[in-house]
Amino acid sequence: MKLTGAQVMVKSLELEGISTLFGYPGAAISPFYDALLDSTLTHILTRNEQGAAHAASGYSRVTGKVGVCVSTSGPGATNLITGIATAYSDSIPLVAITGQVQSDLIGRDVFQEADITGATEPFCKHNYLVKDVRELPRIIKEAFHIAATGRPGPVVIDVPIDIQTQEIDFKYPKEIEIRGYKPNYKGHPQQIKKIAEAISIAKSPLICAGGGVITAKASDLLTKFAEKCGIPVVTTLMGIGTIPGDHSLNLGMLGSHGVYCANYAVNNTDLLILIGARVGDRALGTTGKIAQKAKIIHIDIDPAEIGKNVSTSIPVVGDVRLVLEDLLEIVKGGDTKQWLSMVLETKQTRKKTIDIQTKNVNPRLVIDSLSQKLSADAIMTTEVGQNQIWAANSFIARKAGAFITSGGLGTMGYGLPAAIGVKKGKPESTVVVVAGDGSFQMSMPELGTIKQEGLAIKIIIFNNSRLGMVRELQKNRHNGRYSQVYLDSNPDFVKLAEAYGFSAERITDNSQVDSALDRLLADDKTYILECIVDPEEATV
Amino acid sequence: MAKHTLSVLVENRSGVLSRVSGLFSRRGFNIDSLAVGVTEDPEVSRMTIVVDGDDYTVEQVNKQLNKLIDVIKIRTLEPSESVSRELALIKVNATPANRTEIMQIVEIFRAKIVDVSKNTLTVEASGTNEKVTALEDMLRQFGIKEIVRTGTIAIERGNKYIKAGNNEE
Ligand SMILES: Cc1ncc(C[n+]2csc(CCOP(=O)(O)OP(=O)(O)O)c2C)c(N)n1
Repeated sequence: MKLTGAQVMVKSLELEGISTLFGYPGAAISPFYDALLDSTLTHILTRNEQGAAHAASGYSRVTGKVGVCVSTSGPGATNLITGIATAYSDSIPLVAITGQVQSDLIGRDVFQEADITGATEPFCKHNYLVKDVRELPRIIKEAFHIAATGRPGPVVIDVPIDIQTQEIDFKYPKEIEIRGYKPNYKGHPQQIKKIAEAISIAKSPLICAGGGVITAKASDLLTKFAEKCGIPVVTTLMGIGTIPGDHSLNLGMLGSHGVYCANYAVNNTDLLILIGARVGDRALGTTGKIAQKAKIIHIDIDPAEIGKNVSTSIPVVGDVRLVLEDLLEIVKGGDTKQWLSMVLETKQTRKKTIDIQTKNVNPRLVIDSLSQKLSADAIMTTEVGQNQIWAANSFIARKAGAFITSGGLGTMGYGLPAAIGVKKGKPESTVVVVAGDGSFQMSMPELGTIKQEGLAIKIIIFNNSRLGMVRELQKNRHNGRYSQVYLDSNPDFVKLAEAYGFSAERITDNSQVDSALDRLLADDKTYILECIVDPEEATV
Repeated sequence: MAKHTLSVLVENRSGVLSRVSGLFSRRGFNIDSLAVGVTEDPEVSRMTIVVDGDDYTVEQVNKQLNKLIDVIKIRTLEPSESVSRELALIKVNATPANRTEIMQIVEIFRAKIVDVSKNTLTVEASGTNEKVTALEDMLRQFGIKEIVRTGTIAIERGNKYIKAGNNEE
């Protein structure tokens, strides 16, 4: 079968089982967009390429498939960069396809030329500049394989326009042979035995679960493991939902923005079991200084994570799911009764009663009431800032994948486009975006995408007319010398929503929260609920 | 801090060198030297990388390099069980008065004179990094005009070898 490069790209995507992609066209990718017309693929036109990458990320996170985003060369490709870096930080499988200028013009600084493979090299799992159309099928096959396996991540394929128009005899490879890439899935049995032994003698063991547990689809096993051994669980920001938010053994998020009882447990454990968590600096406090009295077990698919930020006494490289399966066969819990009663007491006594005396709307109250109203399969995406932390600490994620946020890179402007991908991937779920007024404006034009696609997304904006998180930092670290954190000319978000044909309302007081949330959830279209928040409201 | 020599087999493709060197700058590792050349298999290149750092750094360099898709295999070479060499070309000022002295030094180091002009001599030297450095130090008194060093290359002694396939000893 003779196909052009562009047709090869489309056909290969179909053969990879891709049904939905997110992108933005331009000259250098126009043959691909032409070929798209003859395919079964659904393409979603975002309002900015960055939105396409974030949407593909959200899509991937709820479907478990590789997310695909497409852009043209030059400015299109550079707009994708933040999305690619965001996916890399959070180990989200993406394939980013970029158009490139004609092969023989590469390197001459022609119109819309940018070296995207060079630019993305530090923060993608791998990338390709296609130089021969005959290599295209192999490259696409490899790209999907690399993105999805081992520790997942983004892969970039840069395709010059002439490659897209040249013809080849198309055959999609069945096998892949990449000799430098052989992820290790099976944990070493000897090491797993050591874990079981360490657990049997531990007095105060603690599990720290990260996003890797979600990637490995192992949250059920994690919960089983915690229950079987009577071990409490703290999660990282990316690990929220790995054990149900309302599970008695769940102590909440650890770290600088985490909750007291999680950090209390971390400081007092004698055996810290890190699972699919890279123990980033926000979780650790000072890098390398976590649970200093504890023996540390680290289970991760990526060998490079082990020993990177904390020194480990029992390292296990492998797929979290497989390791937990093996571990569950042999592990018998020790006596943790005393420890459990201690940490659970901390959880009770410290469980903050939400102060509804605060001025304006208390964001914790909003998230808390929302959690009560949402069903288990609802999904929350967040922006970055105070809003993210309020959501992380108050939302009850009942399932893995129910809480979607930019954990590693902390990318403002992630939540709204990610929600587009989430809703596309799981149309039956209620999807709620939690945003700050600053972050929301970074991706605000994606409201257009939402309108065009007829998506029903619930948007809650915590409007404090500030870059709240930075304001708070300036308050605490710079003696209240506030610099460039005032958002004095925010648009009228309610009118803005109406301009797109969505319903919206603004609330200014806690007494309005309950009924406003009901209206937000009852609407069958996109709905914006703007909550006026006291600028002085603290994060934790 | 100590020097560690890594022997790294990589796919012989464009972009690989920049990925490897980029990784070093990005992660803040110190490269002492990096030498690349194709191996007996034309699809495979070998990089000899000398890293300055403690055990943590070497372990991280190893693991992070291993994550690169184009990296096929990595081995840390033990100094006692490997042979290492560096090649240098040193262009040194030479006057009729000191020419003989330079030639004697070159002789002692078993180096070679590969080019002569009215007021320069170009010396080719190979040997361990230390030996080349020692020669460089000796020649400095005459005034070095230019120096080119390749960086270290190294190979394991005897029957041990690293291959891209699985059949290694
Ligand atoms: C793209 C990007 N730029 C800058 C930052 C730094 N930053 C982190 S939080 C924050 C403030 C966020 O303000 P807002 O979205 O209004 O949320 P709030 O903290 O008020 O809830 C900023 C500027 C970032 N994380 N991402």
